[in-house]
Amino acid sequence: MIRPLSDVAVARRVARDIPDGAYVNLGIGMPILVGDVVGPDKEIVYHSENGILGMGPAPAPGEEDRELINAGKQPVTLLPGGCYFHHTDAFVMMRGGHIDISVLGAFQVSETGDLANWITDLATMPPAVGGAMDLAVGAKRVLVMTTHTTRDGRPKLLPRCSYPLTAAGVVDRVYTDLAVLDVGPAGFVVREMAPGLTRTELQSVTAARLGFPDDVGELDPH
Amino acid sequence: MIDKRVATLADAVAGISDGATVLIGGFGDSGVPVELVHALLDQGARDLTVVTNNAGAGESDVAALIRERRVRTVVCSYPRSMGSIWFEELWRAGEIGLELVPQGTLSERMRAAGAGLGGFFTPTGADTLLAEGKEVRTIGGRPHVFEHPLPGDVALVKAHRADRWGNLVYRKAARNYGPTMATAAALTVVQVEELVELGDLDPEAVVTPGIFVDRVVEVAAS
Repeated sequence: MIRPLSDVAVARRVARDIPDGAYVNLGIGMPILVGDVVGPDKEIVYHSENGILGMGPAPAPGEEDRELINAGKQPVTLLPGGCYFHHTDAFVMMRGGHIDISVLGAFQVSETGDLANWITDLATMPPAVGGAMDLAVGAKRVLVMTTHTTRDGRPKLLPRCSYPLTAAGVVDRVYTDLAVLDVGPAGFVVREMAPGLTRTELQSVTAARLGFPDDVGELDPH
Repeated sequence: MIDKRVATLADAVAGISDGATVLIGGFGDSGVPVELVHALLDQGARDLTVVTNNAGAGESDVAALIRERRVRTVVCSYPRSMGSIWFEELWRAGEIGLELVPQGTLSERMRAAGAGLGGFFTPTGADTLLAEGKEVRTIGGRPHVFEHPLPGDVALVKAHRADRWGNLVYRKAARNYGPTMATAAALTVVQVEELVELGDLDPEAVVTPGIFVDRVVEVAAS
């Protein structure tokens, strides 16, 4: 039986790969959870594309300041050492390769590292992209955090994305509720799998062909 | 004597003509020059092209301009924020245009306009729908999309303090698009919470030098 990891367990796994001292941008949605589970032993500088470095957690109730919000427009705080800057500089940091790690959500990821995470329906809703394309092209490492399949069980890891791309050939590693996978020259390479999951089961919920090295690790479900 | 102070919001938006391209600062609720936008609503200019990050929410500021059918086209990165009902309604009815621009490209296009550049090549958006019809050049082995400068006839900006020369400091993440938009418009109009005497702003801390500013008006913090 397939037992997927919780979102928080996936966030903990992503957090393990973020080194002390990294400049990190966490995308809206699941990636935000990573900030809550990085241990206090690491000093991480969080970047927010509206113009903040050294972003801290949500303020105490009553302490919110509407001029201090994150990219998801939620109230945040500034840590000692943090600073503000204007939008163009915020994207100089992103596009210019100054951000070490960008963690993004995804609708689909292809075996060549293409990312689709901005739109699924071109007909009925106005398109909206925000900073997704800039984040995907600029960071030194682009990590994707997502469920392995859609809510109705369709694979998100594909030979080619069917949704409009956010960027081509940018994803380095994917963390799902079932596995950790690297995007290599020959496609997805499975690094770790959820406990009890077989290779056949993982392949059955993945449209792209998976590579399995001999030493696939086991994910911590907690 | 240089005195960019104007007495009223009506004076601040005087002369903005029908068909103008208006750059409006703000990201979500943060840094929106709400009172200047309401003054523009009262002033009556129509058929506007509005350049702004979001397409307004609720019934206030940019959303009100859209609701009152004063906006022909919105140039923005994320028109689908929570509560963007007026934009969505008019967009579905085909009564408003949308030019969707990735957030960093939006800011950089205005920077290019302010800096006197004829545009730039960016990796953001390459191989996506947003590159369709644009010149693409391979630079350093990577596809880059050509983007044109985006100048405004007018910029409406919110800052924290100004002096009569128009030097500006901002507050927290409300800075966002302000410094870039101030450079990119023929007429830059700024609302501030406090006007101070010449010499009272720390010259090391001035973010927007007054050369980029034409009018400042004091609006008490709400």
